[in-house]
Amino acid sequence: MQEASANPSSIHQAGQHARHVLETARRRTAAWLGCEAKEIVFTGGGTEASNIAILGFARQRPGTHIVTTAIEHPAVLNPCAQLEKEGFAVTYVGVSRDGVVDPDDIRRALRPNTALVSLMHANNEIGTLQPIADVITIAHEVGVAVHCDGVQAAGKVPVNLRALGVDLYNISAHKFYGPKGCGALFVRKGTVLKSVLYGGRHEHGLRPGTENVAAAAGLAKAAELATATDPALRDRFEQQMLALVPDVIINGAGAPRLPNTSNLCFPGIEGEAMVIALDLRGFAVSSGSACSSGAVEPSHVLMAIGLSRKDAKSSIRISLGASNTEADVDALAEALSECASHLRKLSPEYSHAG
Amino acid sequence: MPDNKPIAVAMSGGVDSSAVAGLMKEQGIPIVGLTMQLWNQRRLPELAGESATGRCCSLDDVYDARHVAQHLGIPYYVVNFEERFEEQVVKPFVDEYLAGRTPIPCTLCNNFIKFDQFLELAAGVGAERVATGHYARISQDEITGRWQLRRGRDEGKDQTYFLFGLTQHQLSKTLFPLGHLTKPEVRGLARQMGLPVADKNDSQEICFVPNGDYAAFIDAYFRERGIDRQQTHGEIVDTEGRVLGEHDGVHHFTVGQRKGIRVARSEPLYVIETQPSTQRVVVGHNTDLLRATLTARDVNWVSIAQPPQPIRASVKIRNKHAAAAATLTATNDGVHVRFDEPQRAITPGQAAVFYEGDLVLGGGWIE
Repeated sequence: MQEASANPSSIHQAGQHARHVLETARRRTAAWLGCEAKEIVFTGGGTEASNIAILGFARQRPGTHIVTTAIEHPAVLNPCAQLEKEGFAVTYVGVSRDGVVDPDDIRRALRPNTALVSLMHANNEIGTLQPIADVITIAHEVGVAVHCDGVQAAGKVPVNLRALGVDLYNISAHKFYGPKGCGALFVRKGTVLKSVLYGGRHEHGLRPGTENVAAAAGLAKAAELATATDPALRDRFEQQMLALVPDVIINGAGAPRLPNTSNLCFPGIEGEAMVIALDLRGFAVSSGSACSSGAVEPSHVLMAIGLSRKDAKSSIRISLGASNTEADVDALAEALSECASHLRKLSPEYSHAG
Repeated sequence: MPDNKPIAVAMSGGVDSSAVAGLMKEQGIPIVGLTMQLWNQRRLPELAGESATGRCCSLDDVYDARHVAQHLGIPYYVVNFEERFEEQVVKPFVDEYLAGRTPIPCTLCNNFIKFDQFLELAAGVGAERVATGHYARISQDEITGRWQLRRGRDEGKDQTYFLFGLTQHQLSKTLFPLGHLTKPEVRGLARQMGLPVADKNDSQEICFVPNGDYAAFIDAYFRERGIDRQQTHGEIVDTEGRVLGEHDGVHHFTVGQRKGIRVARSEPLYVIETQPSTQRVVVGHNTDLLRATLTARDVNWVSIAQPPQPIRASVKIRNKHAAAAATLTATNDGVHVRFDEPQRAITPGQAAVFYEGDLVLGGGWIE
């Protein structure tokens, strides 16, 4: 990698070598995603990629309408909110109790001036897979383009962009053990975006600035090493939770989900306390979404699937990784059940009789 | 839960609570650092000035607390108490001002947040006791076993005035490791331990109100909530009821206040009382502020049981007040306090805290 330290835009041989490393990474990433190398733009992460996609697509088409969902990541919701300030209309489509959008709801949200539908491939908090193929078909029938935030899905479920027919799709390297601060945006041939950043002509002018060659190479390598997770481990864990803890609810249980994600609601407990108690025992789980201070705010996703504010705050998310074993999930289930019972004893509102 | 239960240290990012964490860590006590996110400083942006980043619960404070925790190598977490804080502290604070009283949010925060919900959260994560950087001491009566609250050794820093609401249960779960130290000693220890906040400025009195301008805070809070402020507008009258002028909100006035009364008079005028029912602010001379009696409501007897007979005590009627000798009589509707000498500006909404030497007997809210 040291050999690729030169600027890939330079004329000299060291630069040419860096360019070679970068373009190899692009070809490998494209092969992995099922698209052409020219359609891949390397970015400084998933958030940057979805901003370039949504803001770039919309600003090229002023005064249009955008359809998205209530359970998107802030990396999609906030660029949409910005577009509203710029005079665009945005419709936020709701989801079912299980956290899945109904393609017919997307169809009903479309207007004559709708330019873009932005729908996540898999939800980051509850792991539910969205019917992106159906939505793409519906949108394309009326000439509306589709952006998919694939940050949570890529590396966990197979992705073939050509077969999918999507127009814009973004991924983030660290979600499949690649480097942080590196992502990629797929821009289907012929899709015109207005740049949101102004600088040199790197990455088709969509992401100006000297390319992060090492990170791009890391992304490509991590992508090739990513293996589909077996849902058996997650299912084993959830079965144990249902057996060990009274009244536990698996959020999104009725929907197709990512194989590694489990989102559990323990009515009557403070999710934040649960997360800290588990961390002190060596288990890294999460609750809600982390805000800038590190404090937890109730999840907009859980409230969108119909949970009360209280139940949203009583939910925690467990993501299983490639290195986790049956022994790990068994130990986690036991620790969770102990913590839940301890916290419920302290909870004034949780009555077991109820 | 693990056998070696940690103690939760409430870390604000300031020098006092950082020193607590440092001292306990040095003594080999297992601890977990927790910072309560109480108020979102990005709210009410019209109040944000240059001081915005220096205030409590700013990202700077969380950054500092985390820096200290990393320096000490202790587990550390930020917990979100914003909703509870608004419900239990900010709203009552605003309501009290509108009701013509002068509230003490720090006491509400101690009673309902720090030593209640925070204690509960600490128990939830496996810490049965909490330690804070308050300047106060806790002892236990050897005969009765009753927990006692005592003034901190540093008289200038003593915070017992804000802690009179602590119950026996709360005292049994609380540690005040700085109670026997002075502020200069604490700073010295913080420097010795190499804490990155050793020379940080002390925090201001009301953490969520920038520059102490509580009236501007209340106005901004109303605007955010779309509440019409016209209803607080009213007349300024003298003690005979003669109208001297107008004011734009009772919450701009507190008993004993001299500034901000826009009435021309040869001698200085002071606020004697605010009457929320008529929106009137009564002004008069300094001597009109003297009173010898008060009634304290919702009294909490801390270090002693409620006395059946009148007792003698020293009573503080605000934090910076020099405790004055008085006779206390406990009745069904509160504690009647008769001072030996009349006291200036006894203010409804403030606390009356009863002392015997350094022992906090109890306290209640001035009616």
